[in-house]
Amino acid sequence: MDKNRYELNVQLAQMLKGGVIMDVTNVEQAKIAEEAGAVSVMALERVPADIRKDGGVARMSDPSMIAAIKKAVSIPVMAKARIGHFVEAQILEALRIDYIDESEVLTPADEECHIDKTKFSIPFVCGARNLGEALRRVAEGAAMIRTKGEAGTGNVVEAVRHMRTMNREIRQLAQMPVEEVTGFCKSNGIPYELALKVKELGRLPVVNFAAGGIATPADAALMMQLGCDGVFVGSGIFKSADPAKRARAIVKATAFFNDPQKVLEASMDLGEAMPGLEISQIPPEQILAERGW
Amino acid sequence: MSLRLVSSKPSVIGVLDLQGGVQEHLEHLEAIGIPYKRVKQASDFTDLAGLIIPGGESTCIARLLDIFEMKDPIINAHRNGMKIWGTCAGTILLAKEVTGENSCLGLLDIVVERNGFGSQLDSFVCDAFIPCVASEPIPLTFIRAPKIIAAKNDVNILLKLEDYIAAVENESILATIFHPELTGCLAWHRYFAVKCGLNPSMDDKQEFFNNEWKTSSWMKHSRIA
Repeated sequence: MDKNRYELNVQLAQMLKGGVIMDVTNVEQAKIAEEAGAVSVMALERVPADIRKDGGVARMSDPSMIAAIKKAVSIPVMAKARIGHFVEAQILEALRIDYIDESEVLTPADEECHIDKTKFSIPFVCGARNLGEALRRVAEGAAMIRTKGEAGTGNVVEAVRHMRTMNREIRQLAQMPVEEVTGFCKSNGIPYELALKVKELGRLPVVNFAAGGIATPADAALMMQLGCDGVFVGSGIFKSADPAKRARAIVKATAFFNDPQKVLEASMDLGEAMPGLEISQIPPEQILAERGW
Repeated sequence: MSLRLVSSKPSVIGVLDLQGGVQEHLEHLEAIGIPYKRVKQASDFTDLAGLIIPGGESTCIARLLDIFEMKDPIINAHRNGMKIWGTCAGTILLAKEVTGENSCLGLLDIVVERNGFGSQLDSFVCDAFIPCVASEPIPLTFIRAPKIIAAKNDVNILLKLEDYIAAVENESILATIFHPELTGCLAWHRYFAVKCGLNPSMDDKQEFFNNEWKTSSWMKHSRIA
């Protein structure tokens, strides 16, 4: 990928800042999301809550379904490829969608290697639990990062953990004398050059969104106040009682995350949120965030 | 922000801060020494000489303008002399006509087609020479850009490329379908500041390019550590 192309891909993510990216499973939902003010939609066959319930192998969605959604909306369309499944990514690039999510929500295709994203012209977003994981993905060519909160649970605790961990590690790095950076990189599996960049910038070198378990306007505003550039909402919208209303409310709360009065207004009369799942009740082999490294 | 003598004349350029590339514009305004602020609600319009509506997703920004009743404050401030510049999504919001859908602010007599080039794989950069803006060719960045299909009545075309119009203006509004805030070029921000009746700082070396600018420069407005 040439330098201009990567910059353009990072810059598209910049244009999504302050916005909400919503999981949708059909044209009708995509239109509801766009109408509510989503900055992008993630097209997939089943939202994470259903993938979790159904079990089995979760793969890239049917391209004809993704194509129908792409045709129905004017906002950018994202879709998921399995971790390491570079052919699914090639198919999504050939389909000319706008962004690929190399996602732990799908069953990994490769337990050793993530996709070499530098070989693609299309941009990738990848999940990360900490600074090392985020920068390894950036080193592989990711143009955008998101937290790896436990998808399909309606429980924001893991996304908060990931964001706090990244922030803590960024602060440590920023205050560290440069001779300590090598050791910090060694113990955290961080590419050295990128660590120096983060030290200088005081944040990740690409846009970082919150993802996983966001179910309410308050969850979205919480992640924004923790320093995220925007939010993904997966099951949280279309597994709730009134998706259109909740979608609009989360868009409002994300834009005005620092204004409690407006987040309060957004939180009124939304009906039931999606059912939540306590993380400790999930069998260890079903923890999605452990997929990928 | 640079220090200015107190005067009653509006001297600040605001950036509409609902969604999108806000920090990128703040960074450029800072580089040309113009006082700037984020504009998030009706009370923020009081002292504005100009307003930038940034790139982002136009449907999202339009929805937020509606929900938070921000359209009238913009239209009223414009009527009272505030200049406006829309980049990318901002152009769509300013247009009187948007192909296949309703217009948002409808302040500029142009016809716009949303997402006129295709997907992100069709985003591109190029250079162009716009004599009234800069004396040398400047870089332009198009990201899932709209196309301006027609400019009517009082609207002048500043740049036409192939089958579409890329930049237009009338007496009070400037619109560009590309993103000057995503390059190191300061020429468009200077041009808009002058249009607002302000005096951007004129450092010879920085007339067109901010040599210190990097793709990550906006991040100083969004640091964690």
